[in-house]
Amino acid sequence: MEIEKPAIFSPEQYDAAEVTRIVQLQQNSQQPIPDPDGWLDEELKRNVVLTTVDFLFDQARARSTFPFLLGLACCALEMMSAGMSRFDFTRWGLDIARWSPRQADLMIVAGTLTWKMAPAVRRLYDQMAEPKWVIAMGVCAISGGTFRESYSVVPGVNRIVPVDVYIPGCPPRPEALIYGINLIQQKILKDSLVRKHD
Amino acid sequence: MTSLNSEETAKKIASAFPGSVTAADKNAVIVDSKSLYQVADYLKNSAEFDFNYLANLTSVDYTDYFEVVYNLVSLNRNHSLTLKTRCYEREKPTVPSVVSLWRTADFQEREIYDLMGITFSGHPNMKRLFLWEGFQGHPLRRDYL
Repeated sequence: MEIEKPAIFSPEQYDAAEVTRIVQLQQNSQQPIPDPDGWLDEELKRNVVLTTVDFLFDQARARSTFPFLLGLACCALEMMSAGMSRFDFTRWGLDIARWSPRQADLMIVAGTLTWKMAPAVRRLYDQMAEPKWVIAMGVCAISGGTFRESYSVVPGVNRIVPVDVYIPGCPPRPEALIYGINLIQQKILKDSLVRKHD
Repeated sequence: MTSLNSEETAKKIASAFPGSVTAADKNAVIVDSKSLYQVADYLKNSAEFDFNYLANLTSVDYTDYFEVVYNLVSLNRNHSLTLKTRCYEREKPTVPSVVSLWRTADFQEREIYDLMGITFSGHPNMKRLFLWEGFQGHPLRRDYL
């Protein structure tokens, strides 16, 4: 049986093959290179939107308003319900309920505020970073409600902290709280970065 | 839990401390406030009554007098008793404190002092509990606004 020998090339044959490869490569490389950014002129027109910084920040803030849940009385239970899966205010961007005022944007005062608690609420409000908003939830937080004439209840949290949105009800339904949050978002969308809080 | 017959209990208290019981009906034993601490000590530490648990401590304003109500429970003997004492002083009513017998009485007596204005002599920390220092008056009194 005859074994097939491998092809053995002489040095001259190797050189000749190399010359042809280089010449082919040279010829193929002579075409002009297309501009890699040429597509941009067309795509930029279609994909880039110019807007104002205010609009961008307002959209971001309105859609990521972290609430500071200040549950003082029974309204806190409706607030919890609004945060749980049935109503789920995460859908409106209130992603993380913060128990620290330093990481929150929106203070929800839910319930009756007593004079003994009032200094703590004022202090928590002062600890929140700008920009910040306040919701007074329930009739006790709005005006003192049933306990308005009482010796121990603050007749309205707007005497302690500035309030942006009032939600009436005793207690308000979770839908009402979510509507109030929507109103806060509309207010945020009208804000400007150069706004100054008093 | 059985409620002790308060009329029989009143007789036992009266025989141990003559003159301490001012009245007794089927609901409660009413003792003189001067001998309240001795009676409470007796009710807690005697083997017969063994009231080791003060379930509640509250007060009532009857406009003529104040009444302080002690709901005593024995967890070992599974019986209970209502003990009352009266205070006819209006301006500065004082009742002996039972904090050294039942630690539960600490906050309860402070609450009564805060809202009803009854001072408990011998209390280690007699100051307001719910309202702030400097609050005028005692809101649960009948004559408060």
